[in-house]
Amino acid sequence: MTSSPDTNDRPALAAATAPHLMDAGSTTRRMMGDVLLALLPVVAASVWLFRGDAVRVVLLCVAVAFATEAVVCRMRNRLLTLNDGSVLITAILLAMSLPPQLPTFAVCLGTFVAVALGKQAFGGLGHNLFNPAMVGRAFLMACFPSAMTQWTLPATSDVPQAVDAVSAATPLAAAKFSYEFTDLGPLLTGNVAGSLGETSAVAIVLGGLWLLLRRAGDWRLTVGMLAGASIGAIAELVLRGGESSFGWLSHLTSGGMLLGAFFIATDPVTTPLSKRGRWCFGVFVGAVVMVIRLFAGYPEGVMFAVLLGNAVTPLINQWTMPTPVGGPVKPHAPEAEGRHE
Amino acid sequence: MNLRSLFGGQLLPDFARGIHPPQNKSLTRELPIETLPLPEVVAIPLLQHAGAPAECAVRPRQQVELSEIIGRRVAGGLSANIHASVTGTVQALTAVPLPNGRRSQAIPIKPAASEDGSHANVSIAEELFGGDWPEDEIAAAQPIDILNAVSEAGIVGMGGAAFPTDVKLRTTPERPVETLLVNGCECEPFLTSDDRLMREFPAAIVTGARLARKACGAKRVILAIESNKPEAADALRAAAENCPDFEVRVVNTKYPMGGERQLIPAVFQREVPTGGLPLDLGIAVFNVATAAAVAGAVLRGHAMTHRVVTVTGGGVRSPKNLLVPIGTSFQTVIDFCGGLAADARRVLAGGPMMGFTVTDLSAPVTKGTGGITVLSAAEIDEAEQTACIRCGRCIDGCPLGLAPTRIAHAAKVGDLVLAQKNHLAACCECGCCAYECPARIPLVQYIRAGKVELARSQTESRSG
Repeated sequence: MTSSPDTNDRPALAAATAPHLMDAGSTTRRMMGDVLLALLPVVAASVWLFRGDAVRVVLLCVAVAFATEAVVCRMRNRLLTLNDGSVLITAILLAMSLPPQLPTFAVCLGTFVAVALGKQAFGGLGHNLFNPAMVGRAFLMACFPSAMTQWTLPATSDVPQAVDAVSAATPLAAAKFSYEFTDLGPLLTGNVAGSLGETSAVAIVLGGLWLLLRRAGDWRLTVGMLAGASIGAIAELVLRGGESSFGWLSHLTSGGMLLGAFFIATDPVTTPLSKRGRWCFGVFVGAVVMVIRLFAGYPEGVMFAVLLGNAVTPLINQWTMPTPVGGPVKPHAPEAEGRHE
Repeated sequence: MNLRSLFGGQLLPDFARGIHPPQNKSLTRELPIETLPLPEVVAIPLLQHAGAPAECAVRPRQQVELSEIIGRRVAGGLSANIHASVTGTVQALTAVPLPNGRRSQAIPIKPAASEDGSHANVSIAEELFGGDWPEDEIAAAQPIDILNAVSEAGIVGMGGAAFPTDVKLRTTPERPVETLLVNGCECEPFLTSDDRLMREFPAAIVTGARLARKACGAKRVILAIESNKPEAADALRAAAENCPDFEVRVVNTKYPMGGERQLIPAVFQREVPTGGLPLDLGIAVFNVATAAAVAGAVLRGHAMTHRVVTVTGGGVRSPKNLLVPIGTSFQTVIDFCGGLAADARRVLAGGPMMGFTVTDLSAPVTKGTGGITVLSAAEIDEAEQTACIRCGRCIDGCPLGLAPTRIAHAAKVGDLVLAQKNHLAACCECGCCAYECPARIPLVQYIRAGKVELARSQTESRSG
């Protein structure tokens, strides 16, 4: 036995600050990876439904997003953040929210804006105020309003259509403007007109449940948003006496509601920090979607609602911070002695 | 909200938030306490407690007996006596690194070989904690005698903070202690020293707690223990069978249950005021090892000379629970446990959540060292740091209801006003936030630096 501090074959000991134990299942990369995994069924459904259009838009979005991230990181003299997966998520979410036949240059421009202005201009990962994919989509909506509202039926549709895809109305637009109501069946499988990834409720819920189970997104945001929308939808049903209404389940499964609730509203960066705040955000966004759908000129409002929710997130944070156990620190209070005793 | 209650599980007393790190206690929890053979030398620091260092009371080459006083507490201030942990010869005063990174003067003592030439002191555990604790002696002990014995014996809190115990026990009529809360939670992963002490010497703990209750005038004793230590709970219940004022209460297993600001809300549904003390609620909190030391000091005249240390982790060859003389170097203790494994990377004084890294293994075991955890390369997380993704997991995990990301960010950029607005001073540095953080941001490090900066700016403003 020796008490000498220097043993020759001793391994090098490092100094570090506590804690020395971390949750191995909780890393940024793993969270991003889980989101991407969760997006797989959504992308697969969009390819099955819209075939070449889906492949084209997804590939374009991914390529332009990577290029933009690389160039802007270089310009900002920052380390390349391509490997954290966040830019891939932005690209795929944007692609899933675009109409199938959006012209190539519009897709590229929207992706560039999403990554360069939506994300990097604010300082990159973790610093953006607004959901980058929704920024890109809002930009396209402002620049190409007609192209952004040209919809086609999926390739799987058995409704006869000309070889050159003929424009079709989304279920929400059909309900709003021509009082035609789509059955629940096509809404679940996605066999309706709409953005690439928003039509298939089954695929979205499948992937979304994985995302929530893996804690890559907080379930309170999803449940809150669906609850907020449900309140609106049920209120409409009651007010209209149950007549000529689109119905509660149809509202939840049509348009961007599910894609928004599971994938867009669950972005941690642009949503409130505390559990209470995330409840508020979810319910707020869900309710705003229904206000837009029922009262505004647009048939759909998920994008606007999410962006509005992002904008009020700092305020929600201000209001919903938890109170410290034992009350706030009193000025000049002597620091407590003894921790584990 | 507790999911287990929905599925018919037992709903145990609990606090809000907190984390469930892997416990890793199976390495040592079934290993009985062994006694370390007499080391070649011990170096006993004069500062092992909260407050001022003791003053050296011996000279080099002086012969000292086990338990003889070698450092006297400074009068008037917060301090504690220091005693010889071996019988032997005092060497020249040196300075040693303390496990928490500070340095202290230390008194080296070279143990004398006993008459038969061996270094035997195997019976020391039995002598300190074992045997019978006669009921008539407990009844005969007067509060003032208990206080003096505790004070003379240099007893300090053994749960980590090392606050002098006699100060906690000296109550005034204006601020009485209603309840003595004995803390047997041991929520730090890996550590089992308190668990073993409770299982092997429950009578010493019960006796010490009853003596402390008497000294501070509390009406009852509650011993709280996490649900992952059922054997210890049973042992204590059996030992306290005939004590009407003593209750064992099992609480949920969750980190950091052993923090008093978590344990008190769990047991009493009351919160310790931020910046205040448990005494504000009429509660005094004691660690189980402290209670055992009180019993030895009052009824057997033993000073605080030894403590049980869990030596554990993947980086040490044979983990053990060891009874160690205070002042034994980490090197000696680790060598007795088979030495460091080839892939050992970090030696920690304490457990992995709040322990300090020790790079100089000449650092001695002190009164507050409950464990030596050696982490191997495989046990150290290597995930890279990324930007904060604002996921809020640090807030969801903070047992004090703070927003660690906001405090840390304010402290990082040097905005002390903003950091204080987010309750910088309330943080107990338990590490739940950093454990949960997917971006691997060293939140505790930033917050600690912010506290240092805050203290500095406050001294400056006071003097300037």
